Amino acid sequence: MEAVHVENLSKIYRRGDTTTVALSHVDLTVDRGELVAVLGPSGSGKTTLLTCVCCISEPTEGIIEIDGIRIYDNGWTGVDVRAMRRQKMGVIFQAYNLIPFLTVLENVELILTLNKFSRRESLEKAMWLLDYLEIAHRWHHYPTEISGGEQQRVAIARALANDPAVLLADEPTAALDTERGKSVMTLLRRLSREKNTAVIVVTHDKRMVEGFDRIYQIADGEMLNGKNSHDVELVTSLHL
Amino acid sequence: MNLAVRDIRRHMMRFLLTCVGLGMLLTVVMAMSGIYRGLVADSTRVINAVPAQLWIVEQNTRGPFAENSRLPEDLQYTIAAVRGVRQASPLSYQYVQIPHRGKPVRLMLIGYRLGGLGGPVNIVAGRPILKKHYEIVVDQKSGYSLGEVIHLGLENYSVVGLTKNIVSPSGDPVGYLSLLDAQTVQFQLDNDAIRNNRQRLTATYAPLSRMSSLLGARATRQAISAGENVHFVNAVVAELNPAAQPNEVATHIGRWNHYQVFSSAQESDLLLRGFIEKSKKQLWLFRIILMLVSGVIIALIIYTLTMDKLREIATLKIIGAPDRTIISLILEQSLAMGVLGFALGYLLISQTYTLYPRTVILQRLDMGILLLVVVLVCILSSLLGIWRALKVDPSTALGGGGG
Repeated sequence: MEAVHVENLSKIYRRGDTTTVALSHVDLTVDRGELVAVLGPSGSGKTTLLTCVCCISEPTEGIIEIDGIRIYDNGWTGVDVRAMRRQKMGVIFQAYNLIPFLTVLENVELILTLNKFSRRESLEKAMWLLDYLEIAHRWHHYPTEISGGEQQRVAIARALANDPAVLLADEPTAALDTERGKSVMTLLRRLSREKNTAVIVVTHDKRMVEGFDRIYQIADGEMLNGKNSHDVELVTSLHL
Repeated sequence: MNLAVRDIRRHMMRFLLTCVGLGMLLTVVMAMSGIYRGLVADSTRVINAVPAQLWIVEQNTRGPFAENSRLPEDLQYTIAAVRGVRQASPLSYQYVQIPHRGKPVRLMLIGYRLGGLGGPVNIVAGRPILKKHYEIVVDQKSGYSLGEVIHLGLENYSVVGLTKNIVSPSGDPVGYLSLLDAQTVQFQLDNDAIRNNRQRLTATYAPLSRMSSLLGARATRQAISAGENVHFVNAVVAELNPAAQPNEVATHIGRWNHYQVFSSAQESDLLLRGFIEKSKKQLWLFRIILMLVSGVIIALIIYTLTMDKLREIATLKIIGAPDRTIISLILEQSLAMGVLGFALGYLLISQTYTLYPRTVILQRLDMGILLLVVVLVCILSSLLGIWRALKVDPSTALGGGGG
């Protein structure tokens, strides 16, 4: 089943007489349980694509459907995008972006509370997720009191708390060393299977995309067709 | 989950210090309203201490407090004879400044007829005046204690009683003397002055004495006697029979006896309007300025706290937190700051108001209104922070630049 369907998506920024085409007629489809990477260098348009799929930035043109719900239709949105993000999406940030004044447990509970889970349900589910990601022993610590790798696990737990149809990860390994980065990618792969979630990872690091179901190459706002991970060497050598 | 409480918990010290600062500012605002209430209470305390309905003063004056008034002491008998008057008593008022333990003490001296109206009330130590001479009852605010001797005019007076909270309209403690003692303090000249006065009057009437020694001597005696007469008072107060109509009695005295008559309420009004009107405006101005300063401080603090949290706010937006969650985070902190600041301010003023040199009266109504104003100021002050937070672009949370 398609979790994300992007069709003919364009994003054009206009400032005075200057026009910048950030995305041009991009198509992207990701099924539930699928792990997909969007690979591209700095300035290629991958974060713009993420902001459009994440319903933060309205596209100039094109269609976006999340879990079968059409959000943008030629630049128009007919749904509450915040509610959409709250209920259908999970986001993992490059800098983790944990709320610093909440404990590890509260950071995970927050999204559940926003989704009107009861106090008891939120607590149980948050603890289960922390346990699942092997970070439960740190539940009472504040983000500044744990390591970068641990913070990223908490961020993943938070992103999973609402059982999202799609998990969007923005450079999730950028702040980690190679070994920890690979371990996060392995975790994301496991999650996509076990949670039946579509995972889209935006990254510029080709070393991290090994074992992905599909890899989309993006350059100058234009998307190449999705490749299997073993084809990536060829594609990256052509475009990066 | 209450994010405001979580944020406060994490930054408790910063929050508490801010509240303490705000609380001290609000203490001053509370003190201002307390001083105003004290001013009103003090200005009418002396009037309220006299159980009389009418105040008779010199014609065309607004005495005895707002203006000078001088009446013959024996007017009391005329007033007492008016129909409807139960008893009339003379009263004298004057201010003295005397040294006490190296510091100047201002006293308002009230002279009253022993057993008459206007004597000391609210005696908390000692006794009332029992002898006609050389005894004084003072308010404990003066710093005098029982048995101390106060030198006034030409004589010494022993403190035999202490009152509590009996002060003049300007906040000075009151001292009670028998009427004759008070008149002596106010009008009696010392020996040198008497001698000089007599010589001056004798010289003035010398031409008359040359024409008729008998007439000259009589005129000189009368002039000297008039000059040395101390039997004047500043007001005569009248207590009416229960059946008497105060307006009718006042009209009668005004029309037939040619004196100015005020009811106790009118006397209070004269003091409130004339005496404390400017102070009232001044205190109101201070209160408004302080509330504005408090508002600006809260707004700046909340705005700064919001600016510190822009990334977290952007993250909250991305994970789907509705605007009301973000508004609550800012507004509740602002309100918590205001309410805690108010509580600390109230605690501080309620522990220190007795130390103020002027009377400070804290009224629940004033405190309630101030709390409402603080809440309103907090809401208005947080608008700037809320506006900034709602303007935050969620994509700033993605960071990292990239493509």
